[in-house]
Amino acid sequence: MRKTGMRKTGMRKTGTSTASKPAGWRAWRAWLLDDSPGSRGQADAGRAYRLTAALLRNPLAVVGALIVLGLVLTAAFAPWIAPASPIGQDLSNRLMPPSSAHWMGTDELGRNIFSRVVHGARITLTIVALVAVISAPLGLIIGAVSGYFGSWVDRVLMGLTDMFLSLPKLILALAFVAALGPGIENAIIAIAITAWPPYARIARAETLTFRQAEFISAMRLLGATHTRIIIRHVLPLCTSSLIVRATLDMAGIILTAAGLGFLGLGAQPPLPEWGAMISRGRAFILDQWWVATMPGIAIIVVSLGFCLLGDGLRDVLDPKHDDA
Amino acid sequence: MAVRWVKDISAFALIVALTFLGLLAITFFIGRVVPIDPVLAVVGDRATQAQYEAARIAMGLDRSLPVQFVDYVLNVLQGELGRSVSTNRLVTTDLLRVFPATLEMATLGILIGVLLGVPMGVLAAVHQGRAVDQLIRLFALLGYAVPAFWLGLVGLAVFYAGLGWAAGPGRIDVFLDGLVDPVTGLLLVDSLLAGDTEVFASALHHLALPALILGFFSLAYIARMTRSFMLDQLAQEYVITARVKGVAEWRVIWQHAFRPIRVPLITVIGLSYAGLLEGSVMIETVFSWPGIGNYLTVALLNADMNAVLGATLVIGAVFILINRVSDLLYRVLDPRSRT
Repeated sequence: MRKTGMRKTGMRKTGTSTASKPAGWRAWRAWLLDDSPGSRGQADAGRAYRLTAALLRNPLAVVGALIVLGLVLTAAFAPWIAPASPIGQDLSNRLMPPSSAHWMGTDELGRNIFSRVVHGARITLTIVALVAVISAPLGLIIGAVSGYFGSWVDRVLMGLTDMFLSLPKLILALAFVAALGPGIENAIIAIAITAWPPYARIARAETLTFRQAEFISAMRLLGATHTRIIIRHVLPLCTSSLIVRATLDMAGIILTAAGLGFLGLGAQPPLPEWGAMISRGRAFILDQWWVATMPGIAIIVVSLGFCLLGDGLRDVLDPKHDDA
Repeated sequence: MAVRWVKDISAFALIVALTFLGLLAITFFIGRVVPIDPVLAVVGDRATQAQYEAARIAMGLDRSLPVQFVDYVLNVLQGELGRSVSTNRLVTTDLLRVFPATLEMATLGILIGVLLGVPMGVLAAVHQGRAVDQLIRLFALLGYAVPAFWLGLVGLAVFYAGLGWAAGPGRIDVFLDGLVDPVTGLLLVDSLLAGDTEVFASALHHLALPALILGFFSLAYIARMTRSFMLDQLAQEYVITARVKGVAEWRVIWQHAFRPIRVPLITVIGLSYAGLLEGSVMIETVFSWPGIGNYLTVALLNADMNAVLGATLVIGAVFILINRVSDLLYRVLDPRSRT
């Protein structure tokens, strides 16, 4: 395992420096692209290398990856990046236009909008990650079980999935939050409840393609339980299409979360959530445009990043896709 | 042939009925099970024990959940959605009043989306990989990345406050409000029926900006899908054959490649239309548009659960219906889907 890790980082170092290639690079590359890898580690490293190389050839995907990386770094180092506290008020400097002191201006309580946007990255990343962590495995398990067992299990589970798919997501999320009460945790739950069906469909479709495969029968003959086969052998094979779909869905999740925040149903003040910030800026949109505009630009950039990365990943991992 | 039709229609009816039942189960679940105490939401926390019990029995909450659910379904089937706490009218009456405003905006939005989105998608596919294609793709991708409410706010700031091109929030100028009889509830249609051009102009002026913004989102989806469908067709051998035969390029594109994608496009347009009815929630809030989305958000903020669930049901029902009808159309129109 450790060996693989080292090789991966070595690969990345040499992969990015095109100007002066170390002497061993040719050998490394041959080792990575070997058609019959000698170990699981080599196979994994080779696959990672091919994917990275394919992704790097697509400039838009690189832009997307950089944006997502930027979001993660901003969220991780928010207190060091932000010049001021995201909730510290300074009433003598309220509603100042963008300047060298306040890059994105200040809001109605004199808070530095740039600092708030930077800290908002943490909230956005948390929401996106939690929704993905809840809804993707949920859909994955439902879809894999459905495809693996077939017959009436399949009919019941897919009927349920289709039903959820044909319901309006945003409206359902709104109604759920209305019943659960406003707040960021409830917003996450509501979005996750409405986000799983596409994952179930994908997992089922993938499972169906290898349900009759010989390695599954072999595992059965070896005495493996259904649970073990699904968890150890079926689920891992579904992950790549799932990752593509989840990345493409991120933008939608960010927009829904921001929408809930905008309506006052998501993150509550003084949390610097981007949608909630736009909602506060709504009152000043005609004269102090920056209060509402800046967090909106942050949302657009981050959503676009996920879309571009998702498109790129799909081209690499799943060339025979349809656009739905 | 006739047997197949009957089968198709009955399967369609069954699926729609089941999905409706599912929708009802969800709204029932949200209304009765999720809140910690639905009675408290009605009587308030200052009610005496006797008042509380009376309300509980009046709401039928002393009975078992399945019985309550059957009751709920029967009520909804009779168009009985309860009374809104904030407007103090029947939710059904309220919804009938606000729905046309949403329908009018979404319909204009989808028209804009189709009229611009389809040609853009075809253009991008024909020039695959070139600058035009990249530009259209990026423009379409923005439709997936821009928050609708933000675009609405910025649109108001630029085109209403800044340039003065667009009319402000609302559906019509205040002094023209109520001048024409609501026949259909669609202001554009009603004013034409009444022959009142002033009302028509004002309504169109107010409708233009929100419909354009809404249309942008359906444009993004439709252009993206059209491009992908067209790319599939343009790679087919019959297209090459047509080109080899010397058929004019516009004929190759519109008469050969575009024909087979009309059927899947209908499904896409249907889905997009349903999506707009849903997406109008945010736009209506920003533009103070008196439609179902605005009604829903106002009810949400007042914790007016009857109104929230009623609006959810109606939007959900329309959504399901459009979804399923476009699916049915696809089956009827595309011979390959007949098995």
